[in-house]
Amino acid sequence: MSRINSPAELEAFRSNLLSERDPNKTCITLCSGSACHASRSREVAASIQEEIRKQGLDGEVELRRTGCHGFCERGPIIVIRPEEICYFQIKPEDVPEIISETIKEKKIIERLLYTDPATKEKIIHESEIPFYKNQGRLVFGSNVQIDPKSIDDYLALGGYSGLAKALSQMTPEQVLEEVTKSNLRGRGGGGFPTGRKWAESRNAPGDTKYVIVNADEGDPGAYMDRSLLEGNPHSVLEGLIIGAYAIGSHEGYIYVRQEYPLAVENVNIAIRQAEEYGFLGKNILSSGFDFTIIVHKGAGAFVCGESSALMTALEGKAGEPRPKYIHTAVKGVWDRPSVLNNVETWANVPLIINKGAEWFTQHGTEKSKGTKIFSLVGKIANTGLVEVPMGVTLRDIIFQIGGGIPGGKRFKAVQTGGPSGGCLPEELLDLEVGFDELTKAGSMMGSGGMIIMDEDTCMVDVARYFLNFLTDESCGKCVPCREGIRQMLKTLTNITQGKGKEGDIELLQQLAEVAGEASLCALGRSAPNPFLSTLKYFRDEYEAHIKEKRCPALSCKELISYYIDPDKCKACTICGRKCPSEAIVGGKSQIHVVDQEKCTKCGTCFEVCPTKYGAVTKISGEPVPPPIPEEARTIVKKSKEK
Amino acid sequence: MSEILLNIDGNEVKAKEGMTVLEAARSAGISIPTLCHHEKLEPYGACRLCIVELDMRGWKKLVVSCLYPVAKDLMVTTRSEKIDRIRKTILELLLAHAPDAFDLQDLAKEYGADRDRFEKEASFCIHCGLCVRYCAEVKKKYAVGFVNRGANREISFIPEVASKECWNCKECFPLCPTEALQAAYVLIEALTSPLPSFKRKGGE
Amino acid sequence: MDKERIDQIIDKHHGEASSLIQILLEIQAENHWLPKEALERVGERLQVPMTRIQHIATFYKAFSLVPKGRHQIHVCMGTACHVRGASRVLDTVQGVTGIKPGETDLDLKFSLETVNCLGCCALGPVVEIDGKTHGKMAPAQAAGVLKNYD
Repeated sequence: MSRINSPAELEAFRSNLLSERDPNKTCITLCSGSACHASRSREVAASIQEEIRKQGLDGEVELRRTGCHGFCERGPIIVIRPEEICYFQIKPEDVPEIISETIKEKKIIERLLYTDPATKEKIIHESEIPFYKNQGRLVFGSNVQIDPKSIDDYLALGGYSGLAKALSQMTPEQVLEEVTKSNLRGRGGGGFPTGRKWAESRNAPGDTKYVIVNADEGDPGAYMDRSLLEGNPHSVLEGLIIGAYAIGSHEGYIYVRQEYPLAVENVNIAIRQAEEYGFLGKNILSSGFDFTIIVHKGAGAFVCGESSALMTALEGKAGEPRPKYIHTAVKGVWDRPSVLNNVETWANVPLIINKGAEWFTQHGTEKSKGTKIFSLVGKIANTGLVEVPMGVTLRDIIFQIGGGIPGGKRFKAVQTGGPSGGCLPEELLDLEVGFDELTKAGSMMGSGGMIIMDEDTCMVDVARYFLNFLTDESCGKCVPCREGIRQMLKTLTNITQGKGKEGDIELLQQLAEVAGEASLCALGRSAPNPFLSTLKYFRDEYEAHIKEKRCPALSCKELISYYIDPDKCKACTICGRKCPSEAIVGGKSQIHVVDQEKCTKCGTCFEVCPTKYGAVTKISGEPVPPPIPEEARTIVKKSKEK
Repeated sequence: MSEILLNIDGNEVKAKEGMTVLEAARSAGISIPTLCHHEKLEPYGACRLCIVELDMRGWKKLVVSCLYPVAKDLMVTTRSEKIDRIRKTILELLLAHAPDAFDLQDLAKEYGADRDRFEKEASFCIHCGLCVRYCAEVKKKYAVGFVNRGANREISFIPEVASKECWNCKECFPLCPTEALQAAYVLIEALTSPLPSFKRKGGE
Repeated sequence: MDKERIDQIIDKHHGEASSLIQILLEIQAENHWLPKEALERVGERLQVPMTRIQHIATFYKAFSLVPKGRHQIHVCMGTACHVRGASRVLDTVQGVTGIKPGETDLDLKFSLETVNCLGCCALGPVVEIDGKTHGKMAPAQAAGVLKNYD
């Protein structure tokens, strides 16, 4: 490949590329994101290749291994184009049939289609499936069409035309103005206006400035950034180069967690390709603008998602945050002006430059423009990544796209914003999703984690869970965070273990004030949110734990007991065989009894007891009935008696 | 350097550009409590005791005075119900670790902090980092540093460096707000048993 | 790990102190832990004090200062796994292996770590052993899976 030297050459290259690609050629796209690797996507790919060869289709059918399609619940997914036939949960064993039936004979294989749970109707096309139909995928949409290791795939979809436009038709000031006018706000957590941050850095004194991609996605239960960086790395690079041009930076960093090996691999490949094509390096597209990118792997510290801590880490030190009375946009890495934005924010930039701020602001609400990618996980039917315009209600995301709560359970809360966010109850389901709306409700947008909780989730335990996470992830430098949240965790742990006392809630509130007001960085200042939001909306659960030593969700181990209802036990012996601690007494035709002394409360008996019997129950806040006497345990089947 | 006028607790205070609010206050004889501050060292902002309130045209904002730069017409309040409440809790959190430290006890009296509010976990060290920073910034010896993170953060001497450098120095001992207990303790531990700091990730 | 290999890694990063974390990550990836001699060599070559290396090596989760077991167990404690019962799975894994998170057993068979999210939330609760993901784990199943390793 020779270097592309001008916007005209880029367009010529692109049209040549498109003319060589037959839009009617059969193309099987297979999602190969990290999550699908766990569901044997690699084996599926190998067997597709093998079958294509075996069935004599070499050259006629193309296999494209794309990034994440988002519908992780049903992965691995293949889409057969141009017909757009969509098959789910493909196993390697399904492949020969797919090739011989669908590819060769154009016959649909019913069992691999999506079945609408409501109507029981089989759906063939991706775009008609409710999960996809109700989304608006501006940023994430290309993922399903691109092999992330191929820059040509990105170019075929119009890639790098935003960069060409910025460099050839716009001054840096105009780029900055367009981004400012778009009202793009940071997708990483705070929702700070991107244009303002860029302007601050552009206007800051100094010749050396940096632009940084924050791909240290650390919120547990959130993987939007990974999927973007893995699945469409060039969109992030393009945004970064445009941003660098606007700010006047010639060196960029991508800070990506080493726990994301595929993202690291794909982004490194993308950088090499962009260098080869001339989108990185000296005199990009003959504009006179130079820019290089360095990949820095994060070594595993949640606090490094905080911008100043990330910058400290980039300098090769332990990632302790710095006070930001002077913004990092003015004084960041090596004390130089540094603009740090999250992966998704950068990926929005090429769209804004290409289509204009006016187009962008048509999406979303008054104060939150564009779309947002959420990772919808937890007790939800359709786990996956969803991209929706800002302003869509939580209800639509959870029930229309997410398919609601599985197992006939009742929705209890949705946790947004990661460990810095909060839990929102059923009453707020009609809340429109936006930066300010979520903050006002006591949570926050965060980077886009959306964890759904049902009636079995204990809200006190959720608060304890996040405080436990933060106690471990705090850098430990300042007292309110290190000591304050540690004491909060101790108190919350006591409450979930039935050791809560009068006054604990007030103590937690005071500690929350100190951590929230006096901590050095955003990690500490937002650490009380999981507690404050659960207290605000689920105070009754706190009181039940403290006053009645009862866990209403029947979840806190120390507050529940497992009990086998003697009237329902049919002595099927399954629980006894599965119990890992030999805590179930009983045998054939013997009503089973839980030995409370031996029981470790792992819940296995509860899970394995056949639904038709439902004999194993959980008890909380009241004593366990005494075991029935041994002589009464024999089950006599009436038919045999006669 | 140009002179800046600001207002601290109703008093007009003259300061030089580049000074922090804490420096300006102290130069005017207004006392603000600190535990991790030292004139010879870079500002650190870890103990948060020096927190003060700024009035930005009616909008109140809490900042730590040891780091916040002075600015023209800044309105600073160094004591208020809220500030005192935060300082009291910070002291109580620290007293759980160093219940007998005189510095803490004096401050506790001033702010009504209850020594026994939190369960005692006497580790003596309150992580002010004075020893670590003094050794690095002033002495440039790097004999003592931090290890681990979060609630597990500790100070730890590098035995090889400490055995060479510390015996004739010990300048960090008097800096310790918990009466040098911890510094001495960790040093002895470091010299007698190798690598005490490498405990966290250990198999046992 | 021999000195030459460590030097090669340092040279690859041009011996720059700002690459300290990247160098330690590479040593960790190859050697599975950071021996004291390796840290000393890195400090010497990069002219970085041991205090800083020690802080980094204990601050970031990727590093280990002790040898690891033959099999690395990662129990995902991400929020999605948590609400689906990950802590009960962890209890079982601890029971079967006899070690707590962050520990390695005396036979160097297993090392157990908890991780904050493996990003396979659709499969939660997730246990990863030597890089292989085991999804939709219940306590009893996790115990069963562990039996396959020796």
